[in-house]
Amino acid sequence: MEEAVTKPTKKGGGRLCCICNKRRAALKRPKTLEQICRECFYEVFEEEIHRVIVDNQLFKSGERIAIGASGGKDSTVLACVLAELNRRHNYGLDLFLLSVDEGITGYRDDSLETVKRNEVQYGLPLKIVSYKDLYGWTMDEIVKMIGLKNNCTFCGVFRRQALDRGASLLKVDKVATGHNADDIAETVLLNILRGDIARLSRCTSIVTGEDGPIPRCKPFKYTYEKEIVMYAYFKRLDYFSTECIYSPNAYRGFAREFIKDLERIRPRAILDIIKSGEDFRISTSTKMPEQGTCERCGYISSQKWCKACVLLEGLNRGLPKMGIGRSSRGLNNDPKKDKDMKQRNGTKSIENKQCGSLDF
Amino acid sequence: MACNSSTCQSNSGCYKREEEPISSKSSDSNQQSLCVKCKVNEPVSGTSDDGRFCRECFRSNLYGKFKLAVTSNAMITPSDNLLVAFSGGPSSRVVLQFVHEMQQRAQKNFDASKDRSLPVFGVGVTFIDESAYHSVPSCEIDKAIEDIRSIISNLAPPAKQLHVVPIESVFSLDSLDGRERLKTLVDSVSDATGKEDLLLYLRMLALQKVASENGYNRLVLGLCTSRIACHVITATVKGQGYSLPADIQYVDSRWEIPVVLPLRDCLAQELNMLCHLDGLKTLEFSNVPCSGINGLVSSFVKLLQEENPSRECTIVRTAGKLTPFHFNRIPELNDSNVPLATRRRQKRFNLKPSESISSESFCPLCFSPLSKSDLLSSSNIESCQNYDILDAACCSSCRFQIFPKDPSSMEHFLSVLPQPLLARAQNCSNGNRSSLRKQIQDCLLSESEDET
Ligand SMILES: [Zn+2]
Ligand SMILES: [Zn+2]
Repeated sequence: MEEAVTKPTKKGGGRLCCICNKRRAALKRPKTLEQICRECFYEVFEEEIHRVIVDNQLFKSGERIAIGASGGKDSTVLACVLAELNRRHNYGLDLFLLSVDEGITGYRDDSLETVKRNEVQYGLPLKIVSYKDLYGWTMDEIVKMIGLKNNCTFCGVFRRQALDRGASLLKVDKVATGHNADDIAETVLLNILRGDIARLSRCTSIVTGEDGPIPRCKPFKYTYEKEIVMYAYFKRLDYFSTECIYSPNAYRGFAREFIKDLERIRPRAILDIIKSGEDFRISTSTKMPEQGTCERCGYISSQKWCKACVLLEGLNRGLPKMGIGRSSRGLNNDPKKDKDMKQRNGTKSIENKQCGSLDF
Repeated sequence: MACNSSTCQSNSGCYKREEEPISSKSSDSNQQSLCVKCKVNEPVSGTSDDGRFCRECFRSNLYGKFKLAVTSNAMITPSDNLLVAFSGGPSSRVVLQFVHEMQQRAQKNFDASKDRSLPVFGVGVTFIDESAYHSVPSCEIDKAIEDIRSIISNLAPPAKQLHVVPIESVFSLDSLDGRERLKTLVDSVSDATGKEDLLLYLRMLALQKVASENGYNRLVLGLCTSRIACHVITATVKGQGYSLPADIQYVDSRWEIPVVLPLRDCLAQELNMLCHLDGLKTLEFSNVPCSGINGLVSSFVKLLQEENPSRECTIVRTAGKLTPFHFNRIPELNDSNVPLATRRRQKRFNLKPSESISSESFCPLCFSPLSKSDLLSSSNIESCQNYDILDAACCSSCRFQIFPKDPSSMEHFLSVLPQPLLARAQNCSNGNRSSLRKQIQDCLLSESEDET
């Protein structure tokens, strides 16, 4: 499909916005390809998110909500929009930004600076929890201990839990994350490709972990990444983007590229994939992994100890390789469980963004 | 989370996860460099198993997968009359070959038995000529049909009838301008993917018509794992997650003539290999490459399959865990000709009602079962005119990619639609309304609520 360029219809002016019919169209909306003006774009972008929040009852008045803030574009736009909607529609939420400091020299310094500026720009208080607070180790210290080779294991496991652990430390009711429609569509595809039926069945839920200590919600579930970038661009939002320096090989998966190609020929494909994911009905005869909690920290885990606790135990005992690899010998000693580990390992709904993009 | 770095050993969702068993297997076979099954002959290379089997074992392994699919789903019984859809490609060539071999064995048993109580199932072959839309030179088509005739006449007896049918036969016989009408219909669809899919639906319609008019009671397709894997992804991308499981089972009897997929567990690569090893002739058309979504998906899946040779299987296995529909089974056999063992086997393998979805409403265009949300969205549209009926009964995917957007072209679109589809639309629409009615019955006050 060719990129329709905004063609001038009359001398001097351009085509009019097809929503207000007053102002000149400034952009082609990625989701619908409608040509609209900037003001109408802000309006539809924000109101769509408002509808998602209301229709899915994501928040209740008086709740204390942490916005997972990494300084990246998704969480920055989420902070900006939630702050605005909370004011405009009187949600009555106690909003604040929650950042995790992994303790990676040079990496977090810059992105934390961004989050600190966001604190002022959107008038939202900022809380930073560090790996040191949560785990007793910074990422730099871990890398020093284990070398660069296995850091992805730690990076992934620790980061998946950090936000929840930080949130429970700060006694919040719910965490809002910046997962957008592209992320969710990608997750649906990846779970099909990997054969992960358990995650496939829950990856399109807009709220996850309702039975756990802290539910998470995704107000951007139906928001296109391109529109988030567009919003940030036109509003000149201050965000930060970089790749995690400890994962030099992180590559954009085939799935991500595939979704971008699809979007190019049919923008609605992203929403259609999410719809498919919502409509999948998992056969009742399929065995689902039962979820328990970690005996040590209480985090959701299918094993006796959660992965983070196993890794931490290894670090603290000076055996950093413990818990890395196909099965974690020694601690979760149940052979039958060990065999199932491949299937069961994941504890939280997936984040398909790799180590590289430190966006929650 | 996909941590794709090569150093990553986390087993929490890496791409690499499934590859390990395969590499360990191939290192085994390197040691012996003999067929893993018979341990006598040298393995052939180039198969998907990376040379684990010798030619004979490779062949019998592939036939074994076919046979298991056939027997465990009671696809073929002695009294059946099968129609094999033959496109000329490797998959349909192999399915024709295997069905033929199975028939030959049955014939041998029949000849050897004293009482001759069990009849031998019949086999016919059909080729749908799509030159009306894909402008293939007529000499090429004639040559192809010639080749098909010789392939079929070269199969040992029992003889098989060949039906060469132009796709425009879906229009009723009195319309002489079938070719024109087909072109007009397909051209009135603006979306490239929509065009391709509409042609697929018409092809199925044509196949059903041949089967029904010539007394066949099973339609055999050569769809293999690789094609089904592509279908899983395309259906997901088109928002057909609800109906997807209907299309990928061994048996699909929502059609008048039940459709069976005995090669569901075979990879395209294996089928190509077999054609190559056995010198089975296949036809190649100077075909129009897939464009749009379908083309994008097949190159995506191809890429993934190259990266990991078990990917297509994983995709189909995942989708296989989705709940199938009540029509994904051969209707219960009560025929006394059917051996008791087969009937018992069918009972054992067939879906239990609790594990399947029963659906009464179908999209009139693609014939996919409609979800509740599809039905509800259609109920908002008050159907007073002809085109509303069709539009209201359609699945959201057809509505988007096949239906004309503006009402003025709708009338034209409907006028060129084949009669069976229109009739289906009427039926479906009534069916949908009545199933909707059932859901709200307790809230309806008067009996004469149909204010039409
Ligand atoms: Zn723990
Ligand atoms: Zn349809």
